[in-house]
Amino acid sequence: MIHAEQLSKTFGDGPNAITAVDRLSLDVAEGEVFGFLGPNGAGKTTTVRMLTTLIGPSGGRATVNGLTLGRDDAAIRQSVGVLTETPGLYDRLSAERNLTIYARLYDVADVPGQVRKYLQMLGLWERRQDEAGSFSKGMRQKLALARALLHEPRVLFLDEPTSALDPEAAKLVRDFIEELRGAGRTIFMCTHNLDEADRLCDRIGIFKTRLIMVDSPANIRQQLYGRRVVVHLAQAAEGLAAEARALPFVKEVQAVDNKLVVTLDDPEANDPALVRRLVEAGAAIQFVGELRHSLEDVYLRLIEAQG
Amino acid sequence: MNLQRIRTVIAKEWAEVFKNKLVLFTVGFLPLVFTALPLGILYATRGDPEQMASEMSDLPAQFMALCGDISASECMQVFILNQFLLLFMMMPLIIPISIAAYSIVGEKTTHSLEPLLATPISTVELLTAKSLAAAIPAVLATWLGFAIFVVGAPLVSTGPSVLRYILGPMWLLAVFGLGPLMAIMAVNFAIMVSSRVTDPRVAEQMAAVIIVPLLAIMFAQIGGLLVLNLTFMLIAAVVLLVADAALIVVGARLFQRETILTKWK
Ligand SMILES: Nc1ncnc2c1ncn2[C@@H]1O[C@H](COP(=O)(O)OP(=O)(O)OP(=O)(O)O)[C@@H](O)[C@H]1O
Ligand SMILES: [Mg+2]
Repeated sequence: MIHAEQLSKTFGDGPNAITAVDRLSLDVAEGEVFGFLGPNGAGKTTTVRMLTTLIGPSGGRATVNGLTLGRDDAAIRQSVGVLTETPGLYDRLSAERNLTIYARLYDVADVPGQVRKYLQMLGLWERRQDEAGSFSKGMRQKLALARALLHEPRVLFLDEPTSALDPEAAKLVRDFIEELRGAGRTIFMCTHNLDEADRLCDRIGIFKTRLIMVDSPANIRQQLYGRRVVVHLAQAAEGLAAEARALPFVKEVQAVDNKLVVTLDDPEANDPALVRRLVEAGAAIQFVGELRHSLEDVYLRLIEAQG
Repeated sequence: MNLQRIRTVIAKEWAEVFKNKLVLFTVGFLPLVFTALPLGILYATRGDPEQMASEMSDLPAQFMALCGDISASECMQVFILNQFLLLFMMMPLIIPISIAAYSIVGEKTTHSLEPLLATPISTVELLTAKSLAAAIPAVLATWLGFAIFVVGAPLVSTGPSVLRYILGPMWLLAVFGLGPLMAIMAVNFAIMVSSRVTDPRVAEQMAAVIIVPLLAIMFAQIGGLLVLNLTFMLIAAVVLLVADAALIVVGARLFQRETILTKWK
């Protein structure tokens, strides 16, 4: 659905040139929710702007929905929906009017029908006559989201859809994105919220001017850290660490109070042997569980490594 | 060019910009004043022909020639009207500046240009829509003011030749030909200025320098340095046509998606 090859963007020239995006190569499949993660100034918005034909790349190629960037720009704009970083509503016009204008610009066949559908879907129907300027941040974001969907785009670009929202509003927007994903749309989402990326995205790309890593959140965690199993004991764990360490599949063992934290690659296959070995050595086991690294750990480690 | 998109943007511009009281004031009040003023002056100078004749000697010589064989008091009124023709030419310059300044600067401050630019609309369609949205009300307000003036003038002037003069080729060319040309010039100029500033009032003030040449002409005429006549208007029309074409070319170059997003701050 989205295919980028060596896509680059440099602002300005000479000694003051800033490379915002450096040779980004990427494929996002149809129906996939792709999370684009990176710190402030990483070039996320610049990437979205290039892929939605708002600014021209300085190098590289891309296709969106099978259409070529730079050649089929108007067709690309017609087939994608964009939620920009700031909602950019017409504050003096009603919510309904805001959507009607965009439905016409996108040449939607049934303008009132589509406007109604999305106002209702996002819970704004009762407030449709009110000026957009009178809306709360969460409502504004939802209105902007509705605006991006009126023409039923196959690909949706969301630039930080939940930043600047309180937890409740953020959850509403997140739930809605989940719904969209069920409907088979391809979603490219920039975000700072790692929790959100972890839950919503099929794959994430960690990006800081260059693409650092792309994979599913689970694979990225494992690739960087292996997986960890925590064993809670009725006694101090210290004496049992050596037993665990002796097993061939165990990579690392830490003993903390009455807990053993064991790093290994495949808990499903290895845990039974680990448990048997510990029990044979006299361990009184209370619980065994998996200790997950948060995506945040992964992210911070990767970004730090980038300098 | 997709006309539906252009119409949609124009309707949006009007719905939004006319909610602004300052803009509404400029579009509504200015034509009223600029129309009432000449009517009032005509009324005040209706005076008796004898006295007018004596004042005739104050008129510039070139102007006397222009009057030909109409009566002295009528000639006096025609001379006065020539000043006010410039007011009618000022309207299509001032009104669109106000609309365009609020429109462009407003979109910049609310960041509403980016989602708009993400739609299939072409930048030419967008520029056309924005220009028409500012120029049409200005031209219509000017014409409406002129219509009121034409209806009102016979009631307050000394003789029929005054009306004949107003409806002569020079006035008609000025109001119906130069008016729209000036509106187009003002709009393009205002868009360029507005793209560089963040306060609509500053944009208005900066763009207002565009009326300086008109003021210069006004004072030149009062001082007897030149007389507005058909030849003058024809030359002005050609100059405006060339200036408009140049401004549109420059404007279209400035009005690129990327430029608007990255350089209009
Ligand atoms: N128009 C521009 N002119 C010059 N430099 C720019 C321009 N737009 C972006 N940049 C630079 O490009 C880099 C990437 O900016 P971008 O807005 O794409 O980052 P981002 O990842 O979206 O950040 P954020 O998380 O803060 O939204 C930054 O260093 C920024 O200063
Ligand atoms: Mg950004």
